[in-house]
Amino acid sequence: MRRSSRFWATSGGLAALLALLCALPFLVALYRLDILIFMLINVILAVSYRFLTLAGEYSLGHVVMMGVGAYGSALATKEAGFPVWVAAPLAAAFTGLIAFVLAFPLFRMKGFYFLIGSFAAGEAIRLSWNRFRDPFGGPGGISFIPSPEIPLPVLGTVDLSADPRAYYFLCLAVVIATIVIFYRLERSRFGLTLHAIHWKDVLAESVGVHIWWYKTFALVLASAFAGLAGALLGHYLGTVNPVQFNLHIMLFVLVWVIVGGTRTIAGPILGVAVLTIVDQGLRGLDEWRPLFYGAILILTVMFLPHGLESLPRRAAEWWQAIRSRRRPPVSEDEEPPESDRPPPRDA
Amino acid sequence: MDTVVQTLVNALMQSSFVALMAVGLVLIFGVMRVINFAHGEFYMAGAYVVFWLYAQHDLPFFAAVVAAMIIVGIIGLIIEQLLFKPMRENPLGGLIMSIGVLFILQVLAAVTFGVGLMKHIPPLYPGATPLFGMDGVSVPWQRLVAFGIAVLLLIGFWLFLKRTRLGWALRACAQDREAAALQGMSINRLALIAMGLGAGLAGAAGAIMAPLVRVYPYIGGPVIVTAFIVIVVGGIGSLEGAVLAAVLYTFFHTFVATYLDGTIASILGLLLMLLVLIVRPAGLLGKGEKV
Repeated sequence: MRRSSRFWATSGGLAALLALLCALPFLVALYRLDILIFMLINVILAVSYRFLTLAGEYSLGHVVMMGVGAYGSALATKEAGFPVWVAAPLAAAFTGLIAFVLAFPLFRMKGFYFLIGSFAAGEAIRLSWNRFRDPFGGPGGISFIPSPEIPLPVLGTVDLSADPRAYYFLCLAVVIATIVIFYRLERSRFGLTLHAIHWKDVLAESVGVHIWWYKTFALVLASAFAGLAGALLGHYLGTVNPVQFNLHIMLFVLVWVIVGGTRTIAGPILGVAVLTIVDQGLRGLDEWRPLFYGAILILTVMFLPHGLESLPRRAAEWWQAIRSRRRPPVSEDEEPPESDRPPPRDA
Repeated sequence: MDTVVQTLVNALMQSSFVALMAVGLVLIFGVMRVINFAHGEFYMAGAYVVFWLYAQHDLPFFAAVVAAMIIVGIIGLIIEQLLFKPMRENPLGGLIMSIGVLFILQVLAAVTFGVGLMKHIPPLYPGATPLFGMDGVSVPWQRLVAFGIAVLLLIGFWLFLKRTRLGWALRACAQDREAAALQGMSINRLALIAMGLGAGLAGAAGAIMAPLVRVYPYIGGPVIVTAFIVIVVGGIGSLEGAVLAAVLYTFFHTFVATYLDGTIASILGLLLMLLVLIVRPAGLLGKGEKV
């Protein structure tokens, strides 16, 4: 089969990226590996969040779902004595189950109501962790969470959390699996139906799409991966507490996804990566970090509505415009010029 | 018996400032269709203005409250003009902008006034007064003052909306933006007024509460959650509903917090909001949303 040059360019780029990601832990100082591991976990969070938004609803409960996974896996290993390799997938499945239960009330709502409803449900769960010391440990959370271990025949057991490099590769494997699964799903009939629901839900329903099931499945799957991300975080840090999953963190996830762009799966990944680099530029300025996040968010929405991922295309347009010395062509996804006219109401 | 009366009194005092927050949020949503996430930060800014002018620079308390209203109102005007206006056509745009504003205002407060030190503002009228001749029931004077200011502001706001042409215009715009525009009202001008008023009321709420709470940059978080619960329970877009829900919810919350504990009260409040969203998405007094 003949492949286009575009295919080869893309796969070459991906291979180079993968090689870089594999080499990275050997190039940076060990303490910076922490940052890379958090970045990978955040990629899982952002990519799954974008999948959830494909059907058009923005949730404010995604980080709490991550917490459900973290708490679930912590309790399964600490209290029930499961090995991490069993507990983490179990916790992810449990998170999906919780999301399924929440889907019944939440998908009666749309738009702003869904946003605020998902916040209410998530915050109620989070406050329960705060309130009930048994088994959630109250505000202090759970400490001394066991770390994943690989029993080797000769060398004895290898503790993955003690070796950030090993943990990095574990996270990298999960990230790649996550990206492949969500990428394939979006291209499948299922993903295309989600897009259809986003743009014209009534029309989709009228041709026989059961909207509730599609939205619910997207929510359950995205939440399960958020739960897996939470389990990875909990076992790495060895401790979880309610503050790690509050509204502030959720807003950070929103910033990553919106700044990166939501049109393709590359957007949220780009958003997490770029803002992680910005974070590194702000070392020692921790107080100021939210301000930069806020400013980047506002500037992105105003000047780059489709996020950083649209930057190459926009840059090419600007370059064209400069070269031909005329007004930049209106790209196909550009909003119509602003006017005082109220928006047309959907039927 | 004393505890019940005391709790009732506490709840009533508390509900007045919650109502101030909620009506501003409802007005902004009604006129501009923007859910203002930064509303809690307006409250925080109002509290800091009082700290700055009254506690640090010895201005009279009431002057500081008026200054807080004006300054926060102007912040609101700037945000509307610079950030919300270009996003008018984008339903989620204003919300995202307000999240950016939330981050920026929190950092500005933190770097200007410091994070670690919670600011305690000496009350203007120290001491408390017994109420209804009951020894077990007492209200701090400062709380009474705050309550009085809040009720006066609410009544003034009410009269403004019901009795003046501008108030009519705002309500008309909240009812049906398109029809209001067809009548020749400038949506942009009304949005500015709504934002200035809403932010000003939130600033006033922060200002009158400043001597009663400890002031720090993240003070707005719990307040905005309460305000969201109240406007959802009251029916988004309904001012009467917001005031009613403010009173009902604060009574509910205060009683549960007194007899059980605060976190349980918050959890139950959130579940109540969820229940209202499921059963009656338009809220207590809201009308069905046009789709």
